[in-house]
Amino acid sequence: MLSRIADSLYWMARNMERAENTARMLDIAHRMAMLPTGLLEPAQEWDAPLLITGQYTTFFSKYPVRTEDNVIQFLGLDPDNPSSIYSCIEAARESGRSVRGAITAEMWEDLNATWLEIRDMRLERIKHMGPRDFFEWVKSRSHLFRGVTVGTMLRDEAFQFIRLGTFIERADNTARILDVKYHILLPNVADVGGAADYYQWGALLRSVSAFQAYRKAFREQIKPQRVAELLILREDMPRSLHACMNEVQDILTAIGNPGEPQRLAGELHAGLHYGRVEDIFAQGMHEYLSTFLSKVARLGDEITRQYFSVQYA
Amino acid sequence: MKAEMQGEGSVVSSKPIFNEMMRSDGDVRDHYRQYAHWLSQTTPDQVRAKQQQADTLFHRVGITFAVYGEDSGGERLIPFDIVPRIIPAHEWKTLSSGLTQRVKALNAFIKDIYHEQAIVRAGIFPPGQVVDNPQFKQEMLGLNVPRDVYCHIAGVDIVRAGEGEFYVLEDNLRVPSGVSYMIEDRIVMMRLFPELFAQHRVAPVDHYPDVLLETLREVAPAGVDDPTVVVLTPGRYNSAYFEHAFLAMQMGVELVEGPDLFVSNDAVYMRTTQGPRRVDVVYRRVDDDFLDPQAFRPDSMLGVPGLFSAYRAGRVTLCNAVGTGVADDKATYIYVPDMIRFYLGEEPILSNVPTYQLRKPDECAYVLAHLEELVVKEVHGSGGYGMLVGPCATRTQREEYKAKILAMPHNFIAQPTLSLSSCPTFVEQGVAPRHVDLRPFVLSGREVRLVPGGLTRVALREGSLVVNSSQGGGTKDTWVLDN
Repeated sequence: MLSRIADSLYWMARNMERAENTARMLDIAHRMAMLPTGLLEPAQEWDAPLLITGQYTTFFSKYPVRTEDNVIQFLGLDPDNPSSIYSCIEAARESGRSVRGAITAEMWEDLNATWLEIRDMRLERIKHMGPRDFFEWVKSRSHLFRGVTVGTMLRDEAFQFIRLGTFIERADNTARILDVKYHILLPNVADVGGAADYYQWGALLRSVSAFQAYRKAFREQIKPQRVAELLILREDMPRSLHACMNEVQDILTAIGNPGEPQRLAGELHAGLHYGRVEDIFAQGMHEYLSTFLSKVARLGDEITRQYFSVQYA
Repeated sequence: MKAEMQGEGSVVSSKPIFNEMMRSDGDVRDHYRQYAHWLSQTTPDQVRAKQQQADTLFHRVGITFAVYGEDSGGERLIPFDIVPRIIPAHEWKTLSSGLTQRVKALNAFIKDIYHEQAIVRAGIFPPGQVVDNPQFKQEMLGLNVPRDVYCHIAGVDIVRAGEGEFYVLEDNLRVPSGVSYMIEDRIVMMRLFPELFAQHRVAPVDHYPDVLLETLREVAPAGVDDPTVVVLTPGRYNSAYFEHAFLAMQMGVELVEGPDLFVSNDAVYMRTTQGPRRVDVVYRRVDDDFLDPQAFRPDSMLGVPGLFSAYRAGRVTLCNAVGTGVADDKATYIYVPDMIRFYLGEEPILSNVPTYQLRKPDECAYVLAHLEELVVKEVHGSGGYGMLVGPCATRTQREEYKAKILAMPHNFIAQPTLSLSSCPTFVEQGVAPRHVDLRPFVLSGREVRLVPGGLTRVALREGSLVVNSSQGGGTKDTWVLDN
């Protein structure tokens, strides 16, 4: 198919997935902020989503103070912030509109309806409905879009590029969310394993819809190693890095025209398939996740090079 | 669909209007008899219900298409009238042979202009009109194109003044549009009135995309066995984008934008996820000037750098060819009957509207003395802009226009007011006659082909002669009866 169309479909899906994950990141901060940590600075939990999305500096150049309202406004609704939920939905809808013939009518209508709603969303309304409900709304719109896509689209190349966008973005976002604990340090070492620690890991699991899965999989109290195992290595956990890379590898095989993307995806996949959680902790989880993120970014670049910016014969 | 679908359509009448359904004695013409009978059995409420149903259907189709264009709600649908325009077989036979003849001669003329210019040397066509025509493309001189076809898709606007009396109003030889309405109108009519199609033998039109694809494949560069065809669009902000998307989809070919193509070693490729893919024929809906920033307007973002060079090298075919506009302006129009005689040795089957050339002093003097009964147009104008409709103009308007003419007489032509035929049309008061014109689409490849009919445009306002969609014009399904 035409590179331009594939490119738009891929970014349509990435942006929708990113909107969902930004809502998940805000959700963690919101949950953690309810925990009486005492020694943390006021609203310090709200640093996490800013740091995870790499927007800490930009935020402070625009807002004088870090408050829940300001962060939700900036990451949720700010049209000037290209990675706010608002901007992601707008970009997804724009991409969909430019390739209207390549998606189904239901997909377009769903995208458009989501856009019309976020366009009229205001902070006051979010506060009125409760931030949690806003995050749930974003997640459900993303679920719906994915469902409509899977339920109505012909399994052609267009479908593959949409799915590719979804899983590349999800791999990136899950890694970032998992790294949140690095950014919200516990006040002192003695708290590790304590109530605050438990609560933070719990919030993280809940934010990626993995709390129940953890209980089912391990039947024991929440431990960092187990959380890492679940969200990095378990392939039956739909948002884990391993599950995402399973999908990415299959999709790239189906798309064909193999090259560097397939090699890189294979390498990433093998690391997850044969990796051990002990080794991840020995290396340090933050370091491990940083390496993973830069490799996913490279994979994205290679996909662009191989499929979207065809240069010469 | 704005600019490109606008014709002139402003030929005004003082003579009695030819009604295509009824004779002046009140009798129904033969080819309308069955339809008139059906209409008499149908109550106004039933007709109204059908019209509403049609509007709903179009809205639904329109929504599918509208999203290509403007934002939500902004899209305006062109009104559709449910009363068909019926053309009997014998009239279509005349029309189609006249159109074939005309387009053959026009293609021969374009070839001649870019080669020997025999028609100029024979003293038939004035040399000044070649060089001074902004549509003349120097770059095309001496270039041979496959099968000597330049204008692969022509939309010729035709009006009727009386029984069997057809006039060509203008030849659209660049990127004529409107054919998607011809097809959509038929789809909706067949859905709404299956019983009428059972009673009438209406010649089909929905194979147009097949014929178009066949035509495009026939003009591929020599030696290409299985040519790849694409439709090149300026993009989704173009007013005819939905037609571009529609035709690409119907033909099963890629709809590309300039940046989707690139040229390497004089060969054209499209960028696909499976790597570069060779393109052999480009049905381009982008104007000449924007096709290639290296050859024409350097600021064009719509084109493909190097496309014209690949074209010159014979590695790709552009449809229509570059520079066909030299044959469709109003000053050239006058010479089409002479072209038919010169190139084909035949007498023209279809007439031109008699035209005065104001660059000739005696004709100019006549026109200035009779402004109130004539229509005056700019030679290079289109879309009904910059035109004076004498009988409808005020004295001041005529005086102002006179000054414009005197300043640059060679820039104008004038035509007498013709009586444009009318067709029964469903309006608020019921079924009433409204003026119509016709744009058949003529395809030239290995041979000249037409699907029977074309796009009928109708002036919905009472007494109006302006069929342009921008000014309250609508469309009708055109039935050529297959006897």
